Amino acid sequence: MESENGVTNSGPNGSAREAAGEATALAKRVLAGERAAISQALNQVDDNRADYQERRFALLDALEAAPSGVRIGVTGAPGAGKSTLLDALVSGLRARGRSVGVLAVDPSSQRTGGALLGDRMRLSSSARDAGVFLRSLAARDQLGGLSEVTGPSLDVLSRALDFVFVETVGVGQSEAGVIDLVDSLVFVVQPAAGDLIQFMKAGILEWPDVFFVNKADLGKVATRSAAELRAGLDLGHRRDPNRLPPVLCGSARDNVGIDELIEAIDEHERYLKSTGQGEIRRDEGRVARIEQALNARYGHFGIDRLGDEAARNAAFQEFKGVSALHAIAELGRRIESRLAADDA
Amino acid sequence: MAPPESKTSNASPKSSEKPAQRDRPWMFRTYSGHSSASASNALYRSNLAKGQTGLSVAFDLPTQTGYDSDHSLARGEVGKVGVPICHIEDMQTLFDQIPLDKMNTSMTINATAAWLLSLYIATAERQGGNKGDLRGTTQNDIIKEYLSRGTFVFPPNASMRLTSEIVSYTVDQVPNWNPMNVCSYHLQEAGATPVQEIAFSMANAISILDVVRAMPEVSDETLTRVFGRISFFLNAGIRFVEEMCKCRAMNILWEEIGRERYGITEAKMLRLRYGVQVNSLGLTEAQPENNIIRIALEALGVTLSKKARTRSLQLPAWNEALGLPRPWDQQLSLRTQQILAYETDLLEYGDLFDGSHVVEAKTTELLEAARAELQQVLDMGGAVTAIENAYMKQKLVESHTARIREIESGDLTVVGVNAYQEAVDSPLVEEGSGSILKVDENAEREQIQSLEAFRKSRSSADVKSALQNLEDAVNNGDNIMPPSIAAAKAGVTTGEWSQVLRTVFGEYRAPTGVVAAPMSHANDEVSAVRMRVDGLSEKLGRRLKILVGKPGLDGHSNGAEQIAVKARDVGMEVVYDGIRLTPQEIVQSAQDEGVHVIGLSILSGSHGVLVTDVVELLREAGMADIPVVVGGIIPEDDARKLRDAGVRRVYTPKDFDMTRIMDEIVEVVSESNGV
Ligand code: B12
Ligand SMILES: Nc1nc2c(ncn2[C@@H]2O[C@H](COP(=O)(O)OP(=O)(O)OP(=O)(O)O)[C@@H](O)[C@H]2O)c(=O)[nH]1
Ligand SMILES: [Mg+2]
Repeated sequence: MESENGVTNSGPNGSAREAAGEATALAKRVLAGERAAISQALNQVDDNRADYQERRFALLDALEAAPSGVRIGVTGAPGAGKSTLLDALVSGLRARGRSVGVLAVDPSSQRTGGALLGDRMRLSSSARDAGVFLRSLAARDQLGGLSEVTGPSLDVLSRALDFVFVETVGVGQSEAGVIDLVDSLVFVVQPAAGDLIQFMKAGILEWPDVFFVNKADLGKVATRSAAELRAGLDLGHRRDPNRLPPVLCGSARDNVGIDELIEAIDEHERYLKSTGQGEIRRDEGRVARIEQALNARYGHFGIDRLGDEAARNAAFQEFKGVSALHAIAELGRRIESRLAADDA
Repeated sequence: MAPPESKTSNASPKSSEKPAQRDRPWMFRTYSGHSSASASNALYRSNLAKGQTGLSVAFDLPTQTGYDSDHSLARGEVGKVGVPICHIEDMQTLFDQIPLDKMNTSMTINATAAWLLSLYIATAERQGGNKGDLRGTTQNDIIKEYLSRGTFVFPPNASMRLTSEIVSYTVDQVPNWNPMNVCSYHLQEAGATPVQEIAFSMANAISILDVVRAMPEVSDETLTRVFGRISFFLNAGIRFVEEMCKCRAMNILWEEIGRERYGITEAKMLRLRYGVQVNSLGLTEAQPENNIIRIALEALGVTLSKKARTRSLQLPAWNEALGLPRPWDQQLSLRTQQILAYETDLLEYGDLFDGSHVVEAKTTELLEAARAELQQVLDMGGAVTAIENAYMKQKLVESHTARIREIESGDLTVVGVNAYQEAVDSPLVEEGSGSILKVDENAEREQIQSLEAFRKSRSSADVKSALQNLEDAVNNGDNIMPPSIAAAKAGVTTGEWSQVLRTVFGEYRAPTGVVAAPMSHANDEVSAVRMRVDGLSEKLGRRLKILVGKPGLDGHSNGAEQIAVKARDVGMEVVYDGIRLTPQEIVQSAQDEGVHVIGLSILSGSHGVLVTDVVELLREAGMADIPVVVGGIIPEDDARKLRDAGVRRVYTPKDFDMTRIMDEIVEVVSESNGV
């Protein structure tokens, strides 16, 4: 029997039906935005005891069909000002009466498993009100700074709050991970870092939906970077060939350009809705998540047990309506049984 | 701890013999704790009657951080470590029957320095005095607040603006005022090595001088006067030979900076003027009487060499790590200075170390390392940048972590702590919460009542227009002092003045500096605890997660930082958001983060109220099953009360072995989760 936040849950031996019942109840409280429930749900999806996997899936499945808030990734080079910008964004959104969730993924975790989740966000007191939910995650063993539990955690938070942010350090690799989890990707640019060519080489420029050239208080360097960036963007190299991302310029530290950024995020959200792109993105992201997780766990050799490309794609789509995490587990089981059959 | 500055000079010695030639001793400073303006006034007047020539004001934490006594963040802190000053009548009471135009007053005030100075000027004028005659010091060093002392409010650039406006205002309007006292003292108390102490304090002074130099109203001649008005406040640790060399190195470097960077040529203006308080960080709770010797040895470091002799000295008390000192404890520290100055032959000689190759070599070594470190900070953009990007803070945490590890491993001997622990009971130490000063429990309530009465008595129209003028001046970039003095006279309160600036400038949370602390080498003890953490995490389903919280206005961050680093080293996930959070914020954070245990660190003496608040709020949120442990300066009687209220463990400085503390926390979490 485990007790979190004073609420008793079905234990490892609870029946599947019991688990589903409890999950529905908890999911309802999450959807109502109840703080204790959100926290408990996040703890449950992070629970990797073998005996508690049913509970985890049941909860995520119960949330799967519910409407979701806007999910935004904030990425950029180390020190570009992502956390400072998040602080400003949170205050700005709170001033507009929107509830906000933040997942701060700490890339600095240690071999020992220990992690210091300090300075993840220096939220000013005014931003620490009841409409803000802040959870930090250690990156654990994942490369690229995204922990495996980031996706499921976002799945929970986005069902309870209007806006959910996740901060990752952008060095090229991790965007690919975060892009599958979010609706909009904001790329924070450190002005005059001379990185632009690097970005282009790394193919980073094709992903972001909004660019924010930060530290405009430093003067001309920022406006120059913004101009350079605008000139360097072209539709041919975009994931979405119908829309050029806006390049904004501002100062997270001095709270300049934040309103414009919020407006740009809103605008992108409206664009996703009106064009149906949003729907498509979420589906694609989900498939990518499933494929990547299976790939990480079983490799190509394992994934091939699901059949040829068409069969594999069908398999990834098969568990519609079920949470990605659950689908991964189901497909994993299938792969394992086929691997076992092969061995026999 | 941070002493208020004072100019308390002792009466001249009565010596039966007549030594040929004796130097005048340095100034002996004393500091006093207070609970209200009237109680402090009585204390000041009695000290003045005894022949003390200057005053030294310690403000309480709400006043230092710009909150009125009835603000929720002031709970438990009013009148604790200094006097609460909310408005001009408090200030008038504080200096009742003390003519300010004849006083020399030093104020330990930083973020709200412009305001307290304004109240001081307004009070002097109401007494019929003239601001041109005022003498004294405002500490007004904000950089070290971000790094160590913790009473910052506004972002760095806004703070630099305030500091420079005080400087430019006083240099003409209050010409005998020392507008800024650059403190390296606090850096050592936060773990700084001698090289860091030198380099970071010089970078700090440069950052403000650069801003002042760039002001259009500041001429070369003014800059020379400003340079000459800037004084320093240094530390002196137990490695007293090195500390002496540090002071010599700082003399040289300061003159060099004056000449080369600011083109100052007058020898008098180039001299480094500094006062000293000796190190308190190394004073121990275990066998506290040993501190008497430590303090005396530390005093040698800044008095032995005539060239590196301090202008004023303040010594902490033997019971420093137990709680606030009583008058007797302070007297013993004063006697230590008097014996050194009047009984020994120290003051009969010229510099004892001139021509010493050893001292010269050590001085040069420190000087060169400090120059390099200073250059590093200047290259990255100066002290303000090195605050914002956490460089300096990370360096301090790193140094302190290294020191703590050496104490734990025994590489650094601390007598009575990690060596020679067996001892007979000390007759100086009383049971329970004895041997320390007890603060007046009613001070907070009475202060709030008088504040409420004051608010009713003033003209709200005057207050409103004064606040509007203040806001306009801040927005227009006008000097803050004139509208602040007007606001003081109109009856504006400390909280109101600060709120205007908070709204315009925003508030700042300084980096904690903990993230970059290097991992410790795993010795057997650390490895054993790591394994226990791994095992427990597996049973819990996710990694053991701890929240290290600092509720209230207490700025003592060292303990929390080191506990956070150690928890990480043994494999825990650690949430640490820095100082000055409310109990509500801490409980909300614990809930959001899904932690398994909460560790609170409180050294300012307000643990009674704050810990109870956290425990109560946890219960209300249905989180009573999350265990709470507490550490800090907690007298045994209070520790018992906290345990009765449900706190699982209470730690004090004598529990120096943090790896052991971690082991016990694993135990506590296991117990409360029944695994
Ligand atoms: C260093 C120091 C400072 C530094 C702080 C630097 C910093 N960033 O931390 C400076 C110089 C800035 C400072 C300033 C002041 N100080 Co001071 N300071 C000290 C001093 C000398 C040492 C504290 C310390 O850092 N120890 C080292 C750390 C590692 O030890 P620790 O925190 O005690 O932690 C240990 C245990 O307590 C425990 N622990 C602590 N926290 C936690 C948390 C958890 C979760 C756990 C499990 C364990 C745990 O674990 C550690 C194991 O060894 C103490 C006296 C002393 N010797 O203890 C006074 C002391 C705490 N200061 C004091 C005062 C009054 C002040 C000022 C208010 C003075 C003034 N009037 O302005 C200012 C204000 C600061 C503020 N904003 O609040 C008083 C408090 C009096 C009281 N409680 O009644 C003390 C006790 C000195 C005294 N006797 O007067 N101070
Ligand atoms: N001048 C200026 N500095 C800024 C601005 N925004 C952030 N900074 C500074 O840039 C540094 C890094 O800021 P963070 O917000 O921690 O950057 P980050 O991208 O989250 O950093 P990591 O998480 O370490 O990758 C800090 O010193 C900030 O004070 C800005 O708008 N102007
Ligand atoms: Mg960051």
